[in-house]
Amino acid sequence: MSSTGKDNYYVPEGSQWPIIAASGVFVLLFGFVLWVNGINVGTWMMVIAAFWMAWLFKGWFTDVIDENLTGKYNAQVDKSFRQGMFWFITSEVFFFATFFGCLYYLRTITLPYLGGEGYLATSNILWEGFQYSWPMAAIPDAGAGLGGKTFTVPKEAMGAGGLPLWNTIILLTSGATLTYAHWGLKKENNNQLVIGLVLTVVLGATFMVLQGVEYGHAYAEMDLTLNSGIYGSTFYMLTGFHGMHVTIGTIMLIAMTGRAMKKHFTSHNHFAFEGVAWYWHFVDVVWLGLYVFVYWL
Amino acid sequence: MSTEVAHDDHHHGPPKGIGRWLFSTNHKDIGTMYLIFALVMLFLGGASAMMLRAELLYPGVQILDPDLYNNLLTNHALIMVFGMVMPAAAGMANWMIPLMIGAPDMALPRLNNLSFWLLPFAGTMLIISMIAPYIFGDTPVNTGWTLYPPLSVQAGIGMDFTIFTVHILGISSILASINIVTTIVNMRAPGMGYFNMPLFVWAWLLTGLLLIMVMPVLAGGVTMLLFDRHFGTAFFDAAGGGDPVLFQHLFWFFGHPEVYVLLLPSIGVLGLVVPTFSRKPLFAYKPLVYSMMLLTALGMVVWAHHQYTVGMSEAVTTYFMIGTILISIPVGYMLFSFIFTMWRGSMTFETPMLFAVAIVLMFSFAGVTGVMLAVVPADLQYHDTYFVVAHFHYALIPGAVFGLYAGVFYWLPKWTGHMYDEKLGKIFFWWTTISFNLTFFPQHFSGLAGMPRRIVDYSAIFMEFNFISSISAFAFGASHLLFLYIIIKTIKGGEKAGDMPWDGAQIGTPGLEWTVSSPPPFHTFEQPPAVIKQS
Repeated sequence: MSSTGKDNYYVPEGSQWPIIAASGVFVLLFGFVLWVNGINVGTWMMVIAAFWMAWLFKGWFTDVIDENLTGKYNAQVDKSFRQGMFWFITSEVFFFATFFGCLYYLRTITLPYLGGEGYLATSNILWEGFQYSWPMAAIPDAGAGLGGKTFTVPKEAMGAGGLPLWNTIILLTSGATLTYAHWGLKKENNNQLVIGLVLTVVLGATFMVLQGVEYGHAYAEMDLTLNSGIYGSTFYMLTGFHGMHVTIGTIMLIAMTGRAMKKHFTSHNHFAFEGVAWYWHFVDVVWLGLYVFVYWL
Repeated sequence: MSTEVAHDDHHHGPPKGIGRWLFSTNHKDIGTMYLIFALVMLFLGGASAMMLRAELLYPGVQILDPDLYNNLLTNHALIMVFGMVMPAAAGMANWMIPLMIGAPDMALPRLNNLSFWLLPFAGTMLIISMIAPYIFGDTPVNTGWTLYPPLSVQAGIGMDFTIFTVHILGISSILASINIVTTIVNMRAPGMGYFNMPLFVWAWLLTGLLLIMVMPVLAGGVTMLLFDRHFGTAFFDAAGGGDPVLFQHLFWFFGHPEVYVLLLPSIGVLGLVVPTFSRKPLFAYKPLVYSMMLLTALGMVVWAHHQYTVGMSEAVTTYFMIGTILISIPVGYMLFSFIFTMWRGSMTFETPMLFAVAIVLMFSFAGVTGVMLAVVPADLQYHDTYFVVAHFHYALIPGAVFGLYAGVFYWLPKWTGHMYDEKLGKIFFWWTTISFNLTFFPQHFSGLAGMPRRIVDYSAIFMEFNFISSISAFAFGASHLLFLYIIIKTIKGGEKAGDMPWDGAQIGTPGLEWTVSSPPPFHTFEQPPAVIKQS
């Protein structure tokens, strides 16, 4: 340990985890490239990298938790973690803003333009008679995608009622149960903390199952796939990346539940819990945007 | 303002062996690794530029196959932007920011190491993207660094590697920026207010914020590219209801702020070098900071001036034109701030100062051609000609690269404990400056005469200009061998440097870097120093 005494900012001695993380990312992405290009060894590289990364996350976080429990972090270190998490979530906000921005752009500029409206397009220039609508009932030229791609028109659009509505209720409730857990933490009531976290994990998992059911239904019965032109593309990109974040959030919540059961958190030392809670609320807010702009409008 | 600093350093040295570098959590070691990586990439990117200029020496296709030419063009840009300028600036941030603000290290030291070690892996993947197409019999990545569809959707396996290179570089930049911003906000020594920070720290605070906001957009854009290539989506394909222009918006939403990401750290270096060698406080420090903020904000909302010719409505192009021209206000403010700092100062012209003066002059050229290019009807004529190539090389080489050279010469004594060879430094300055100008100034003329960029061949009427450009480019490239020699010579020995090697460095808003020895001990400021202000 390089700094002595609790008043000093803790600077860890060398750590093997960063370079393990960098090499894991490299192998994972290398494997992914080979896999999408139909080279089999890529699949194995991805599997190995997945285990590699799981080991990495466990190891790195174990180190951090040990340092925390042995009291090496002072208030300033805690603040660094909080600010780091804040800026990380900011970058995530911009990542999702990208896809929302694309959705607005395509709906308000590209599609009217293809349909013959707008400044330069006084009629259909590329595809005569193409009428635009949203959700898309027609595709400009289903057989003429780049590189021989073909598109299929979905039989129906994803409605806002039914499963998506249930999922909205589930995610909003999970935000409430997480806050209930937080209240428990503040009162140093560990039982309330654990119960709140378990409920949140269950709700998060339910959301993911329902989302899976919805995808299955869309693929099998509605012909709504990644190939369904721009409607399918934006639908799966936005909901898919959101679902990925819910999955990560749920895994983090499970880890927090384990730590809460071991009584790691006190009313004034619980950055990990709060960081995960911020992340979960962020994922929650993104869903509200999705529900309004992808499912409803 | 004068600062009084009390600190107590424990003198234990670095760990032994390769582990010191692989597992490092020390901001100075990680800064050194960043700088060495940038230097290697400078030569790699430079070598590709030399090959391009060798091909352009005469009209006709002599050495490079057209696809390979476009591949080298793509890699030259990616390597120089992501592999050279950004890591060099990040290396300086790593080295200097904790020293300047009196922090024991970066706020998140392990994350810092991850940000660095992602870079060599990204560099490896970029090289694989060059080689893979030959193994698989595909066309090389020939899109230019902008990766525009539809060409990038149709390209071979190399493009997938390029996409993931961009992803790894993006992760690295975002993590580094999170770390730098957190360090500046949370780790300042007691008494070091925001407006006591050296300008370099301010510049990096804004750069970090920009990267946190725009890097994810590029990541999103290339992810959509990947999905269009392999998973049947139609984001950039009009036949499926998508739009190739959408990618241009995403790319330039990142790409234009990226210009300021490259520029601001160098402006920060100027903010230290100019007062030091003029022996006067920085003129109008606070308004200069505000103008950098304005630049950052305006830089986020003017991206589409790169796409005037794609058929946007008149209202949209007019907005982007006005926004772009407005940027000349904060940039002009900065340049005048530096000029007024020099005004009636006791100036001496050591190598960093020579670079600083050259930047003020030559970056103004880029500013002037920038205003020309911002005007829509004029740009319709200049678009995609060598005029644009000349413009952005004037913006990026004096604006970013010369600023980094000034920083290297300014801080080499602090980093190594030795003074560099002033005579060789001055030779390097004149050699690069003259050869740079002879390389890129003629391109203004060939561009105005209509020579298109990104094409392996050109009409024989442009021959003289290209011949001058190529010969000077070889001289410009060769000058960097001298740069390398000066650096190695300084590391190996030379006149001992004091704690404050520049006598003007304490003027204005100095950081705490001058209160530690040269080179600094392995750990500095383990106990926070107290900065006592006397205003």
